[in-house]
Amino acid sequence: MSDPKQMRPASRARDAVFQWFCFLMACGVLVLIVLVGYVLWGGSADVFRKFGWKFLTGSDWDPNTGSFGALPFIFGTLVSSLLALAIAAPLAISTAIYLTELAPHRLRQPLVFMIEMLSAIPSVIYGLWAIFIMLPWLSQSVFPLLRHSLGALPKSIPLFHHEIPTPALLFSGPTGAGYSMLSGAIIIAVMILPIITSVSREILRSVPDLQREAAYGLGATRWEVTRIAVLSYAKKGLFGAMILGLGRALGETMAVTMVIGNTPRISPSLFSPGYTLASVIANEFAEATSDDYLHALVAIGLVLMAVTVVVNLCAQLILKLSGTEVGAVR
Amino acid sequence: MEPSPATTAPVSTVTATSAIPAPVQDTRPAFDAQNVSIFYTQKPAVDGVTLQVPSRSVTAIIGPSGCGKSTFLRCLNRMHELVPGARMTGTIRLYGDDLYAPEIDPTVVRRRVGMVFQKSNPFPTMSIAENVTVGLRLNGVRDRAFLRERMEQALRMSALWDEVKNDLNRPGISLSGGQQQRLCIARAVAVQPEVLLMDEPASALDPIATSKVEELINDLKKNYTIVIVTHNMQQATRVADQTAFFYLGKLIEFAPTRELFNNPRQPQTEAYITGRFG
Repeated sequence: MSDPKQMRPASRARDAVFQWFCFLMACGVLVLIVLVGYVLWGGSADVFRKFGWKFLTGSDWDPNTGSFGALPFIFGTLVSSLLALAIAAPLAISTAIYLTELAPHRLRQPLVFMIEMLSAIPSVIYGLWAIFIMLPWLSQSVFPLLRHSLGALPKSIPLFHHEIPTPALLFSGPTGAGYSMLSGAIIIAVMILPIITSVSREILRSVPDLQREAAYGLGATRWEVTRIAVLSYAKKGLFGAMILGLGRALGETMAVTMVIGNTPRISPSLFSPGYTLASVIANEFAEATSDDYLHALVAIGLVLMAVTVVVNLCAQLILKLSGTEVGAVR
Repeated sequence: MEPSPATTAPVSTVTATSAIPAPVQDTRPAFDAQNVSIFYTQKPAVDGVTLQVPSRSVTAIIGPSGCGKSTFLRCLNRMHELVPGARMTGTIRLYGDDLYAPEIDPTVVRRRVGMVFQKSNPFPTMSIAENVTVGLRLNGVRDRAFLRERMEQALRMSALWDEVKNDLNRPGISLSGGQQQRLCIARAVAVQPEVLLMDEPASALDPIATSKVEELINDLKKNYTIVIVTHNMQQATRVADQTAFFYLGKLIEFAPTRELFNNPRQPQTEAYITGRFG
């Protein structure tokens, strides 16, 4: 053993500096959020004072006549994001399963590289691609097909003297040039695909091999191993990956603005144009001349932040509620 | 000592309502390995091993780290194939059936040859009961009464029933380490495999849990052929009827346990068991 006299005495000062440094850095994040919230609130207080709840519940947005109702944007943001998630999540999670469980080892790294490349493409490029390639294809082939198959089903069914609307409504109505809620959702789905895939892949890779071996040892096939050992172990993490993707989707601006049609209207048909919170800010900020108009757009920003926070809180709640489910079966 | 419930468990009274065979009464060797070599790289991890594992007894495989004992164990149920690039030459027969015949599906091999791992690995999202019956459910058994009967029987055989019978719906991972390992043994025996492979099953357990697992092995050999890899020579002397000593991928000596430890024929065996290396 070395002579204790030669060893430096344990330094409390260094440890304190280290602790305080990390604490201050962490505080920085908090301060940023508070500042953003403060600025948004300060800029939009007038709007809420003037319009009250009407700002959130009103569906008429006409800056020329001074009427500001944000509901179509909230609707557009939620519908396009959730639809995008519904399209992207199965694709992304299947891809992640393929990459971690099934793909030949030689193929894995190149595939991962390509998926990560997708997230390096700028948003506006996705938008251009969508306008020139995706929209013509959707409006000429996919939308008419959906409209004549799913859209041709009964629009409502009678139930206890009420007419209950069916999902056929989603695929009815004119399809136009393709600028629509569905196109917006699809391009968002393409854009959140890489993040959900990458995070899901990390989650699946963190499942211990011992779990897979346990299932293989019982004579499970690859699908059974994935189901009982991998997916059930990773399901919370995968849910988290989806929520990360949803967070991205809610704030996605450029590409959506280019294809969603930018019409503040609430329509059941996914073929009709919509508008999102982020898009309206991007589109109209430069031309907002009156104070009310400007404040209304800042208020839209605040609403977008609130929607994002509420969605994340809901996700946390779902996770918490599902946490008690293990072992309480039967 | 009280006879443990496992010794009185009515193993053969379960009527076979599923596709799973009852434990084999065959007197032929369980495993007949001829000239088995396994490669992960160019250099063989197991080199030309020929070994016959007698039915309904406990066979221990001992040897220093890296001697190929775990690799050899894993090729008995084709688990080594999960490592990319692993190759195997030679033949292994299980009660006469070539396990590596081209038409044989490895999942079928693993249903006949159960396995218990070094670290306990119950499925964390499943309850104790679900962990035990998962193998049967994978085999398409849906009859609840039958599942329940098999579960109780497997838990009795694993000497766990009395400890968990009131908590069957608790998560499997809520048990202690030793109980989890016995739960994994129950999970393996619930499908009534013909052979049970154990890869250092007690190496992560404390002495009391270890002795419970060893008692269990002694009980199980009435119905099962067990092959156990262990780095603990005392454990081999306590549980095994015959012991194989591996060194640098080769089988150096295979003899009844008492003979191997009291009167080793090979100088390398003697050096290892007297603690001169390893």
